[in-house]
Amino acid sequence: MQISVQEADFDSAAEALALTSGRNDIGAVVTFEGRVRADDGLTALRLEHYPGMTEAEIARHVDAAQARWPLLGVRIIHRIGRLGPGARIVLVITAAAHRRGAFEAADFLMDYLKTRAPFWKQEQYGDDARWVDAKLSDLDTARRWQKPGQS
Amino acid sequence: MKLLYFAWVREKLGRGEETLDLPAEVRTARQLAAYLAARSPEYARVFGLPNSLNLAIDQEHACWDQELDAAREVAFFPPVTGG
Repeated sequence: MQISVQEADFDSAAEALALTSGRNDIGAVVTFEGRVRADDGLTALRLEHYPGMTEAEIARHVDAAQARWPLLGVRIIHRIGRLGPGARIVLVITAAAHRRGAFEAADFLMDYLKTRAPFWKQEQYGDDARWVDAKLSDLDTARRWQKPGQS
Repeated sequence: MKLLYFAWVREKLGRGEETLDLPAEVRTARQLAAYLAARSPEYARVFGLPNSLNLAIDQEHACWDQELDAAREVAFFPPVTGG
């Protein structure tokens, strides 16, 4: 597992290649790339995070994913700083022997990146800036992964 | 104790971190919020309604009734919006 929080852009194909190169036990690789949409005239997003906790929190969720699905590799990159429309913002790559675990683990990790990892987005519209409110729909989506009895 | 503030909490308080010596009677996160709310009108605006805030104790998500114990670092922030 490798986790990076960085300002720099990333190359998803190169990351997937690095994760799987030399391996012949991997039968499925899922790559999710999130990008900035230019909704309603958005000129940029600015992302802030909690250094130290961010990496620790993501690592806790990768551990949870590895306990739940038989993963053979995980790579996560989350960008911070100023990101313009169309910019890549987040990368989750999961590798497994079979597709089901890879798909589900990538979905799980994205849900937890959205609802637990300490990142905050500020939308910029020209000179106007506003902090993004958390979406209840994201929390509902993340709750799908809870096992019965968990709160 | 080191206190950290993020996003609009940082902006409203005008600072990202500070170190405070807390009185012994401040034992839980909720008591810490009440103590901070009493510091100034700016702090009262942020900590007077703690339900709009989330917190972490020593870099792990925490709830308001959690004991601070020997916590080194407490962070206050809005609900997260990454991904």
